[in-house]
Amino acid sequence: MAEQIKTLRFRLTKRFGVKTVLDDFALEVQGREFVTFLGPSGCGKSTALNLLAGLLPLSAGEISLDDARIDRLPPERRGFGMVFQNYALFPHLTVFENVAFGLALRGLPRAEIADRVARMLGLVQLPGLEGRYPGQLSGGQQQRVAIARALVIEPRLLLLDEPLSNLDAKLRVEMRAEIKRLHADLGLTSIYVTHDQAEALSLSDRVVVMREGRVVQAGTPMDIHDRPASLFVADFMGYRNFFPVSVTDTRADGTVAGQSGTLRFAGRGAAPLELGAAAIAAFRPEDLMLTEYPPGENVVWGRVRLTEYLGREHDLEIVLDSGQVVKARVPRPVAVRSVIGLRLAADRVVVLPPEDGGAGA
Amino acid sequence: MSLRRVRLAPGAGLLWLLPSVLYLLTMFVYPFCYGVYLSLRPVTGDGGLSFGNYLGFLLDPWQARTIWVTAWIAVPNTILTVALALLVAYTMRRGIWLERTITTLLVLPIALGTVLVAEGINGFYGPKGWLNQLLVAAGISDPVRLTRNYTGVMLALFVQHFPFCFLMLLGYISGIDPALEHAARIHGARPWAVFRRVMWPLIAPGAAIAFALVFVMNFGVFPSAVLVGQPAGPTRTIAIAAYQQAFEHNDMSMASAIAVIMGACQLVGLIVVLLLRSRMAATGVATVGAGKR
Repeated sequence: MAEQIKTLRFRLTKRFGVKTVLDDFALEVQGREFVTFLGPSGCGKSTALNLLAGLLPLSAGEISLDDARIDRLPPERRGFGMVFQNYALFPHLTVFENVAFGLALRGLPRAEIADRVARMLGLVQLPGLEGRYPGQLSGGQQQRVAIARALVIEPRLLLLDEPLSNLDAKLRVEMRAEIKRLHADLGLTSIYVTHDQAEALSLSDRVVVMREGRVVQAGTPMDIHDRPASLFVADFMGYRNFFPVSVTDTRADGTVAGQSGTLRFAGRGAAPLELGAAAIAAFRPEDLMLTEYPPGENVVWGRVRLTEYLGREHDLEIVLDSGQVVKARVPRPVAVRSVIGLRLAADRVVVLPPEDGGAGA
Repeated sequence: MSLRRVRLAPGAGLLWLLPSVLYLLTMFVYPFCYGVYLSLRPVTGDGGLSFGNYLGFLLDPWQARTIWVTAWIAVPNTILTVALALLVAYTMRRGIWLERTITTLLVLPIALGTVLVAEGINGFYGPKGWLNQLLVAAGISDPVRLTRNYTGVMLALFVQHFPFCFLMLLGYISGIDPALEHAARIHGARPWAVFRRVMWPLIAPGAAIAFALVFVMNFGVFPSAVLVGQPAGPTRTIAIAAYQQAFEHNDMSMASAIAVIMGACQLVGLIVVLLLRSRMAATGVATVGAGKR
C-alpha cells in the first residue's frame, strides 16, 4: 500500500543551548526495515525521532529520503505517520474523525475516506467504535486508534515514540505482536523508540543502542543480545554479573581467559585485549547451570544467600568465598544457606574492556 | 496502630459549612435582596411595591440610552480584548524569549488599579500627551483626540482587562498537550489547520469563559468612563446613571433599580455565552485539563 521508500539516510546533531543532545547521530535505514532506537531516558532517542518528524529543527546535519533532502520540509509535507506514547488523540473528535484526520486534510472524497477509515479500523481490530470519543476508550483501544490514524495516510515512514509504555504488561505484549504484524503485512518502514530491551529485541530488524546522543552499538537483535560490545550495552541487555579480571590468555578462536584471585573465566572477547590487561567478565543469571564440577574455569562455588521464586524459575544470590555475589536463575528450588556449584558455557561469557562511567558490577 | 474513622452524625458535616453560608448570606444574599426590595419601592410612590422605577428608567430615553452606550463600549471591547489576548497567548503557548519579563509587563496594569491606569492614559494619549507631542514634532499629524471620549474609555478598558484575559487564556492554552499539535502537523495539517481543527475547538470553552468575565467587567465600567471618557454624553454608561441617581439625586431606590437592570444585562450576556459554550460541548469539545501556569 504505502509508497515504498528505498533508503532513509540521516546525520543528526541537536543542541539545546550549550547541551548537545545528539552528536552526529548517523544511520541509513532501508525500505521495509524495522529499526529501534534503544537507550535509557535522556539518551536522545526521542529527540532523534522528533528531528526526523520535523517537529524540531536540526542544529546540524541532514536527512535525505531516497536521495532527496527533506530536513527543510515542514512536518506536514514529509508524509510520515507517528504514534505517540500518550496516544495524542484529538479529544474533541470521534474515533472516525481522528482516523480520518489526515485524509480529510488531503482533500480526499468522502466515500473514499469512509472506506479507508473502515478498512483501517478493521485492520487494528476496532470496528464498531467509529462514533466513540477517545475519552470513552481504554488505553489499548486508544493506542489502536492512534496507530490507525498514523497508518491510514499510508506513510512513507512510520515513527513510534514509546507507544507501549503507557499500557499494562499483558496488553503491551499483545500490542507488540500487533505492531509487528502490521509492519510486515503493510510493508512499512518503521523507526521505533523504546527503553525496553524486550520490545527492541522482539520487534526489530536492527537495534541501535544509544547513549548520551551517540550510537554505542548497532546490529541485529541477536547481535546486541549475545555479543554486546561494551559494558553499557551488556548492562542494558540483561547481563547482571560483572567480574573484574586480568587477562591471562587470548586464544586463536577469539576466546579470552581472565583471572581474579581463584576465580577463572573464559569467554568471547568483545574487543582485542592484551595479556595482563584489565577486563570484565560478564554473564547473565539465566546462563548459569547447577553443577557438581569442582571449582575451575567458568565454574564457581558459593553459599546461597537469597532465593526468590518466580513461578517457573528461582532467582538466587550466591556469595562466593571471595565475598563477591553471583546472581543466578535456576529451574529447580535450592535451599538457602546450601553450598552449590554453578557452571557457565564459554559462549555465554563475554569478556569486555573496562569502561569509565556507565555500568558496573 | 489502627486509625479509627470518626463517624459524624448525619448532617454534622453541614455544620462546617455554616461559617461560609453565614458569610454569603450577610455579605451577598441579604444586600442583594435588599437592593432588589429597595428598587421596588420608588420614593415618589405610596410606599407599596411597584415597578415604577424600572418603567421610569426604561421609558426615559436619556436614561434608557445608557444601556446601548454601555453595550456599545462593552461588546466591541470584549471582542477586541479576547481576540488580541488569544492571539498573544497562542503565539506564546510554547514559551518565547524573555517570556517572564513580557508576562510581568503585561500583568502590571492589574496591580496598578483603574485610576492610575486612567491617569496614565490621559498623560500618554491626551491632547498634550507624549504621543501627540511626538506626532506633531514629527510633522505627521495634528493632535489626535484620543481621550475624554469613546476611544479613551476603550483604551482604558483594554489596558485593564487584557492582562487578566491573556493570563487566563495562556494558562488554558499551555495546558493543552503539545503532542496533539505535533500529531496534527505530522498527519498533514499546516499551522492554520492545526489551529482551526485542533486547537480552537479545545480553546473555545476557555475563551468563552474569558469572554463572559471580560464582558461583565466591561459592562460595569465606571471609573474609566468618568476619568478618560465623556461622562456627560457619549460615555455615560449605566453605572454612571446609577451613581448619579444615588449620590447626586439621593434616590437610592431608583439607583437600585438601575443596578438591577445592569445586572440583568450582564446576566443576559453571560447566558448567551454559556449557551454557545454548551452547544460546543454537545458537539464533543471536552474540557481539557486546567492550565499549568
